Amino acid sequence: MELRVRALESILVEKGYVDPAALDVLIETYETKVGPHNGAQVVAKAWSDPAYRDWLRRDATAAIVSLGYAGRQGEHMVAVENTPDTHNMVVCTLCSCYPWPVLGLPPVWYKSAAYRSRAVIDPRGVLKDFGVTLPADKQIKLWDSTAEVRYLVIPERPPGTEGWSEERLAKLVTRDSMIGTGLARNPDEVSP
Amino acid sequence: MSDLRALLPDLPCDETAAPVFRAPWEAQAFAMAVALHQKGLFTWPEWAETLSAEIKRAQAAGDPDTGETYYRHWLNALEKLVVTKGATSDAALQARAEAWDRAAKATPHGQPIMLPRS
Repeated sequence: MELRVRALESILVEKGYVDPAALDVLIETYETKVGPHNGAQVVAKAWSDPAYRDWLRRDATAAIVSLGYAGRQGEHMVAVENTPDTHNMVVCTLCSCYPWPVLGLPPVWYKSAAYRSRAVIDPRGVLKDFGVTLPADKQIKLWDSTAEVRYLVIPERPPGTEGWSEERLAKLVTRDSMIGTGLARNPDEVSP
Repeated sequence: MSDLRALLPDLPCDETAAPVFRAPWEAQAFAMAVALHQKGLFTWPEWAETLSAEIKRAQAAGDPDTGETYYRHWLNALEKLVVTKGATSDAALQARAEAWDRAAKATPHGQPIMLPRS
């Protein structure tokens, strides 16, 4: 693998297709700067600011860019909101399309055949594997990401968080809760 | 019921501990695809299509497809698309990899590996 990557890179650099310094910047960005903490800010803002939440529902791409989270795989975002009746869950059945600017790069399980196929056939069973049991009458909506459209799940705001600041709320928002394989943390699960 | 868990023992996995890339080559392969797309060599739908075809092909050939081998598929897709788009050829890639291999074997331990100027 290493040899092949090195061969490809050296040819592309010679031909001027890629710049090694630019590659380093990209890697550093995705290793350290881009991650679920970005999405958590978006969710926390949606929880605390009704006008922002409306904007996010209407035009998630613009609402997310307004917080500074733009880039590859975030060009066309759709926010799907969990409600007492509906739980949303995101998969990419084809490969691994994922909203990088708000969640970073996908976890290994998201890219696995097991998740990609079982999320479709048995979403409730998958949720159970993640330790999530939903009321039987709650509907599960599955969203299949594509190369064009990426979804961000807005989890339900946990009870007992009235009056919390966005910063504090963001700590309740996990990566999995924004994919829909988890729920937001309860206030007693985080240190105050 | 929990064949997902059996296939992926680390599920539900740690929120933050998992490294984004498990080896430098994965990071390089990742960044090259993003950079080439920025450069306009291919569109993102073209990339997604090539990658998903590569994943399907690997699955059909017996890859367990647990997500661990993801960047192998990524690299296969990248090589394929780069050749399709005429940026280089299979033969050139092959020859260059062999040249790096020879250079690596001829380089004393601890020295930087250099390709001889051709």
